[in-house]
Amino acid sequence: MRDLSTLALIALLVGFLASGPVAADREVLHREQSLYHTIMVVAEPGRLCLQFSVRNGSRNQSCVDPRRPQRMVFSYTRMMMAALLLVPEPRTVLVAGLGGGTLPTALAELLPNVRIDVVEIDPRVVDAARKYFDFQETERIRVHIRDARVFVKRALQQERQYDLVILDAYSGDYIPEHLMTAEFLDETRRLLSPSGAVAANTFATSRLYDYESETYRLVFGDFFNLRVSTSNNRVILATNAPLPDKATLRANSRAWRAALGPYDVPITSYPRRMSTKVDWDTSKRPLTDQYSPANLLRGAR
Amino acid sequence: MTRRFLLINTLAFCGGFSIMSLELLGGRILAPWFGSSIYVWGSIITVFMLSLSVGYFIGGRLSLRAPSLAKFGCLFLIAAVILVPIVYLAEPVMVWVFERVEDPRYGSLAASLALFVAPTVVLGTISPYSVRLLVRHKEESGKVAGTLYFVSTLGSALGTLATSFYFVLWFEMDTIVAVLAGTLLVLGAVGVGCRGLDQHA
Repeated sequence: MRDLSTLALIALLVGFLASGPVAADREVLHREQSLYHTIMVVAEPGRLCLQFSVRNGSRNQSCVDPRRPQRMVFSYTRMMMAALLLVPEPRTVLVAGLGGGTLPTALAELLPNVRIDVVEIDPRVVDAARKYFDFQETERIRVHIRDARVFVKRALQQERQYDLVILDAYSGDYIPEHLMTAEFLDETRRLLSPSGAVAANTFATSRLYDYESETYRLVFGDFFNLRVSTSNNRVILATNAPLPDKATLRANSRAWRAALGPYDVPITSYPRRMSTKVDWDTSKRPLTDQYSPANLLRGAR
Repeated sequence: MTRRFLLINTLAFCGGFSIMSLELLGGRILAPWFGSSIYVWGSIITVFMLSLSVGYFIGGRLSLRAPSLAKFGCLFLIAAVILVPIVYLAEPVMVWVFERVEDPRYGSLAASLALFVAPTVVLGTISPYSVRLLVRHKEESGKVAGTLYFVSTLGSALGTLATSFYFVLWFEMDTIVAVLAGTLLVLGAVGVGCRGLDQHA
């Protein structure tokens, strides 16, 4: 018995020592406390990451590979590009949540005529993206420092429309609950052009999955769920008009395959991973402005 | 510990509970129009503190004129009635402000002023008035006030906890506001109904 515990202790020590050098390779280039997060820029072997610290260590928001800056490091970032299967040539795009700016930068490179509005609540995130991730505001990419809900309401008031709305504001530890309600999704839907689509990067695990799925179903009817085995995220893809069929998705994926090569996006594999199957508990109530305890639902399991 | 003492303390506790429950719901009510940024909470807390200060002042003045349990109960009845419009007016008020005020800081401040001043001022009158009802000799005034602060602030703490941990998980916001109003209505009626206790005080 004693031998066993000694062995376990040795194994633990060895494991600890072995993990040491990895941690030492991590270099924090920037650390600051903004109104909303602790923002860190961390250099790791082969990648540079933007992190928001959370209770249990840090969570990567966005990473780039400095040797291949176009390569999308995270599977959920790549999955968001599936939006191009629903709207192959968007001319106007709204991105809620900047992170390191990977998505707006890639979309501007891929779509020569696109106009992109980015809405980000935290000006410090924009500063970090500019300084460390080569994010540039141009005539075609404009950044608005504002709460996404307020921006969307104001855009509706001004009767603006977008061919594509990307919701990427949920990836932190705290979910902005007013950005997950049926009312917000309906406002987003009304902001879409007739052939427009919304792509949302959200959670595949946790109890929230059922509630969130019901909320999307209430607003959009059928929608695509894109999931891959290597990610805890899922991407929801929904449209104003009826969803395109698989043949259209496959045709669009073939059209985009070559251009998306440098970004490492396996676009042709997405159509078969996009499902309209109702794989959640439909008895859960949709989230609304009246009832939106998203963070509590996510915590309590 | 007379029945009158218990009754007034219970009412003060529920007053404190309602104030903080409403304040937390305030953030939720404003979020769809003005976001949930720190300035939205800044607006709400400013408006609640301002309203409470005015309420304390008015409550102290009211307590000079023939204070009674009946009038104390009426304060709760008025608070209950004034809470109800929040359910129905919040949306149109916020639409009106949103269309006129571009900056969400001043928008959230204007909406908070329009929605929360009236009920919070009335709820603020409860504390000084209940001190007046319980103080019999000036020597015990500090002790009575201390006990009432203790009770009503404990109510505020529990109102904060219950609302943010559980109520928002179980109920819709309008339901919570309606239940708060209903509770204040019942308490006010009990206060008025027990006005006979004043004669033995």
